[in-house]
Amino acid sequence: MILHVLANGGPGGTNLDPLYGKVLFWILAVLSVSAALAMILVRQAVHCALMLAVVMLSLAVFYAMEGAPFLAFVQVIVYTGAVLMLFLFVVMLIGVTSVDALKETIRGQRLWAGLAGIAFAVLLIVGIGHAAIGTAAPTTSAESTDNLTGLAQLIFTTYVYPFEVTSALLITAALGAMVLAHRERTSPKLTQREVARRKIQSGQVAPEPPPGVYALHNAVDLPAMLPDGTTSSRSVSNAVVERDVQLSRHPQAEITSDLAAEQRIDTERELEAGASGKGEAQ
Amino acid sequence: MSPAAYVFLAVILFVIGAVGVLVRRNAILIFMSVELMLNACNLAFVSFARMHGNLDGQVVAFFVMVVAAAEVVVGLAILMAIYRARRSASVDDANLLKY
Repeated sequence: MILHVLANGGPGGTNLDPLYGKVLFWILAVLSVSAALAMILVRQAVHCALMLAVVMLSLAVFYAMEGAPFLAFVQVIVYTGAVLMLFLFVVMLIGVTSVDALKETIRGQRLWAGLAGIAFAVLLIVGIGHAAIGTAAPTTSAESTDNLTGLAQLIFTTYVYPFEVTSALLITAALGAMVLAHRERTSPKLTQREVARRKIQSGQVAPEPPPGVYALHNAVDLPAMLPDGTTSSRSVSNAVVERDVQLSRHPQAEITSDLAAEQRIDTERELEAGASGKGEAQ
Repeated sequence: MSPAAYVFLAVILFVIGAVGVLVRRNAILIFMSVELMLNACNLAFVSFARMHGNLDGQVVAFFVMVVAAAEVVVGLAILMAIYRARRSASVDDANLLKY
């Protein structure tokens, strides 16, 4: 259906069947508003980013329905593709601790923000309700060409000066990001020889033991089980441990509460004890 | 649908974004709410363009997208710098100018 919408995207609106348009509008309106609400209510930053992606993709379909196929594609490519991925990168970098704090620093902030939001919405809706927003105007001769040609003509004639200024803005933004993200190196870079020497001196040349993925469970946050039945915390990556703490999971406790594992360890210990006892008796 | 319906939807999304800016304490999430507000504005611009039957509104929406992309790049770089200095992305912790 979306392809159908895009194919019919003329400059003055779409030739879409009005019923199709209505159904699509209401479905996507409900979807985008509920995703936006979820975005400001959900605690995890990653979930917020995904909700924002839902809103942006539905906005892209709205643009297509409103006769702006070029903007629909730019919305998907620039916003959902680039901006949101940038957000996700930063969330992953700052990531683990970026759960929003539940504590209010200003008392009653949420309540007042909600009230202000409702008042703002009422103000805007009443204001726009009083304004005369007509139906879609018929296409005039100036934009009877297709959307892309019309946009290009406008950008490179009427709006050519803002367009050129935009390039300066983009270069400035790129330079600014590079300057802000740059970190001075305070110590000289380690050579390969120094890295090797440090490794030998640390006493552990081999890599850390792998986690107990296939030993008892199918998860990397479970530590490896050593031959004596104890577990090795060194086999689990620190990031995974941090994540477990954040989600208040206790894989270590899970291991000891796992009856099958306990029984197996017990029987193995009994067997060992029996074998060693037999050896001593002989 | 008539352009008015789209404008009302844009208003609702804009207000949700504004409430998000007021409510959230994490700087990344505040940024996301600002993005939502910019998107809502774009939707209104496109609707107005359709209402008037010309493409100027779409050009403005295009420029808004470009400026928003630049803003996000610089904003997130600042956020990274603050995070590096304070080990926190919360706007409550960035209070160095207070003393």
